[in-house]
Amino acid sequence: MKKQSDFVHPYIPNSVPAVKARMMKEIGIKSIEELYEDIPEPLRLGRELNLPNALGSECELKRHVEGILAKNRACNEMISFLGGGCWGHYVPAVCDEINQRSEFLTAYAGEPYEDHGRFQTLFEYESLMAELLEVDVVNVPTFDWCQAASTSLRMAERITGRGEVLVIDTIGPDRLWAVKNYCLPNVKVTLVRHCPDTGRMDLDDLKAKLSPEVAGVYFENPSFLGFIEDQGQVISRMAHANGTLSIVGVDPISLGVMIPPSRYGADIVCGDIQPLGIHMNYGGALAGFIGTRDEEKFVMEFPSRLFGITKTCVEGEYGFGDVAYDRTSFGVREKGKEFVGTAAALWGITAAVYLSLMGSKGMRDLGQHVLQKAQYAMKKLSAVKGVKAPRFAAAHFKEFVVDFNDTGKSVAQINKMLLDRGIFGGKDLSGDFAELGQSALYCVTETHTQQDIDQLVRVLCECL
Amino acid sequence: MEPTARYKLRENFHQAKWDEPIIFELHTPGERGVLVPEAEPEVVATVGDGLSALPDNMIRKQPPALPEISQMRVLKHYLRLSQQCLGADLNIDIGQGTCTVKYNPKINKMLSASAKVTELHPWQDPSTTQGAMEIMYRLDSFLQEISGMSRFSLQPSSGSAAILIMAYIVEAYHRSRGEADQRDEIITTIFSHPSDAAAAAVKGYKVITLYPAKNGLVKVEALKAAVSNRTAALFITNPEDTGIFNPQIREFTDIIHKAGGLCGYDQANTNGILGITRAREAGFDMCFFNLHKTFSAPHGCGGPASGAVGVVDNLIDFLPVPIVGFDGKEYFLDYDLPQTIGKTRGFYGVFPAIIRAYAWIMSLGAAGLKETAQIAVLNNNYLLENIRKIRGAASPYSAGKHRIEQVRYSWEQLTEDTGVTTEDVTRRMADFGFHLWSSHHPFVVPQPFTIEPTESYSKDELDEYLAGLRKVVQEAYDNPEKVKNAPYNSVVHKIDHSTLDDPEKWAITWRAYLKKHRKSDRQD
Repeated sequence: MKKQSDFVHPYIPNSVPAVKARMMKEIGIKSIEELYEDIPEPLRLGRELNLPNALGSECELKRHVEGILAKNRACNEMISFLGGGCWGHYVPAVCDEINQRSEFLTAYAGEPYEDHGRFQTLFEYESLMAELLEVDVVNVPTFDWCQAASTSLRMAERITGRGEVLVIDTIGPDRLWAVKNYCLPNVKVTLVRHCPDTGRMDLDDLKAKLSPEVAGVYFENPSFLGFIEDQGQVISRMAHANGTLSIVGVDPISLGVMIPPSRYGADIVCGDIQPLGIHMNYGGALAGFIGTRDEEKFVMEFPSRLFGITKTCVEGEYGFGDVAYDRTSFGVREKGKEFVGTAAALWGITAAVYLSLMGSKGMRDLGQHVLQKAQYAMKKLSAVKGVKAPRFAAAHFKEFVVDFNDTGKSVAQINKMLLDRGIFGGKDLSGDFAELGQSALYCVTETHTQQDIDQLVRVLCECL
Repeated sequence: MEPTARYKLRENFHQAKWDEPIIFELHTPGERGVLVPEAEPEVVATVGDGLSALPDNMIRKQPPALPEISQMRVLKHYLRLSQQCLGADLNIDIGQGTCTVKYNPKINKMLSASAKVTELHPWQDPSTTQGAMEIMYRLDSFLQEISGMSRFSLQPSSGSAAILIMAYIVEAYHRSRGEADQRDEIITTIFSHPSDAAAAAVKGYKVITLYPAKNGLVKVEALKAAVSNRTAALFITNPEDTGIFNPQIREFTDIIHKAGGLCGYDQANTNGILGITRAREAGFDMCFFNLHKTFSAPHGCGGPASGAVGVVDNLIDFLPVPIVGFDGKEYFLDYDLPQTIGKTRGFYGVFPAIIRAYAWIMSLGAAGLKETAQIAVLNNNYLLENIRKIRGAASPYSAGKHRIEQVRYSWEQLTEDTGVTTEDVTRRMADFGFHLWSSHHPFVVPQPFTIEPTESYSKDELDEYLAGLRKVVQEAYDNPEKVKNAPYNSVVHKIDHSTLDDPEKWAITWRAYLKKHRKSDRQD
């Protein structure tokens, strides 16, 4: 092992002993230890950290990390029908080209001068999403759908001054957990039942629970279980009559063919942009959006950065900046709206590229293809003995519940058999949605070929 | 080879300025950026057009007004916009103190862009994600050693999200002891990040913010006065955002513990103390790191961020689920934490950042981490020594002493002498290819700026940055108007912020802009 004093690492230019010595001399110290004068002895580690030997050369490092990663078998090596919060849509090459650029990747919090490009791109992201959602305000991305839904509900709390929210009980289970964490103890979270046959919200239950304390009612389209909630207009009307806001979580990639929630009365829309040109990354590349009308009482309740367009001192030049910065915790700490910090901007940039490439025609083509493929898959799967798809009597977009109860096998057993044949079956719902018994959530996108689906059906026929 | 030419201030710098239109202005009806595959004939024969299966009231009849642009033009547009940013790969990015803007190694970018990473789905069978979990498990163990904590969750979406998770754990811990209602206060300091206060308030806590004495640190007496049987926790950074390490931190944590509270350590400012001092020895129950700061994952224009929250033994059961376990043979997602706070985001954490943090630590090892810390501190004190000598600049608090990894400076004197403010200086610095940030609000230090050089920049680069500061200060004294009306060589000129706080005029989207500012030439 080299002595500490000989240590020169490519990432640390001033570790060169002569440079170090020159700098120390200028500061007037004999040892770097002197710089730590404020750290008392009892707090000193006093030994070297116990970490594996360094792999200082890139060559060794690459071999080591790739060696570990090689143990993964990824979706591109299989046929995958997994969805449920992270989806395998096609990522156009230009999306990766742009988000891997040093300029975007390594920029951070520059002023709207030297980082004009960051501001313009994120303004364009907000604007493109706004067209998709038909709203006038969209935030710079937050962490993910969990956070977007949580914040939407807390915004409703502040806008209405009420302390309870109603949430559809088919919400993604992780999302519900995150929402409860974020709302309690300030805001009570009450579940609204769905109709067991269609999946739709049980309007009698909604009516019973719409008390004067209810700030917002939240549902999803398509739902976590894939079916489409087509009573949006009625739900929003019931909410509004009660002084309650209508809040909808939506899959943005469905909006080339499905109407946006603002058209059926949603006051706040939210969701995840991961489908829009962002790889799955083991669920580690999520980014949440929130959209509203352009009303002061809504805008002032956003915790997020909102980049706006303005002018400069030069005629005809666009400038950008933060809208109503003083509502944020950056401006006024705990007096601000919730909190703001580094979140997921690069994915917003990526989604802007994606929507610019797709255009309205691309979004429509994609939506139509997904609908066709999912319908084809449901039809073919239903022909397999003991299998029923979809479980709910409703229209679906890209996901649907496959009911395996009559096969006499568990989803775990079925997925194991599929795995052995190169297929990731749908997500097992028997834990989170026990009332569905042995059922699984399948996802089909434009990346699936007819052959992929036929292969799934063939294997199921063999195994069941 | 002898060292040759040294630094040079870029007097002739001009940033890329493409005068690029807004994306909607590039719309040419009919152009296509990418094509989508069409469903196979047999699929169409089986199900028809797909759309008819939707309820009529759910079909979008009016397509979204997205622009139609050919592929190369879209590429060019965003490449041009990218050139109008100054990332760490381009500038001497030391002007954004508290944020640890360091080198993000390219090899780590390559590794995280592998299909073995990008094409993984989080619900895959664990037998197919052993490599992913191995990296998470090993990173957890590294962070344990670096902090002295007993277990980490890599789930936090960011540093602020990690603070929120600490607040959740505080609440769950006190609830488990029947004291949740009584303990409703979290104490922090004004030189801790705004989110230490704001995220705690989200969970319903009353926030008590302590202010520093003349030496820049909160007095033990002030803490004692704030503590009571209502104290749920202390959330604090150390070194604080001033770069001053609180030598009495152990007394602080002892006082909180004695009162029955927990101590949460915001380690966003940890780059200068890696391998030197740890959360455990300072008496903390929890801490968190920002993988996108200290551990070299890139900042990405403001994310994806990534946090890692660690706890001592008796709080492991409260961590978010799942954490990664290892049974001696296989890695697994462990949901079996009896008192878990549950989920705070989808899935398991910001995986690309986790890969990068792992690779960064593996590249440096123990000696490298310590060298990182020591050089970051050396660089900082080198700047301090020089900036102190710049006319109009000062480093309030802790006079005559060294700082850890950053310094919160002040232009108060410069402003008094010349009328030039910290905002003016930041704008003029852009004309020489630099970024300088003011500081988090409130401006307790008048006319503040915070510089954190990290370990990544050479002495020559630090000297170039200093030359920039000196140049702008000289101009401020010679010709203040020049500085006040800057920038001249950046992407755009001085921005009119007046519309951004006016609900009648602000425009957060292009469609809002057209409605409010271009009523006449809107084409529907």
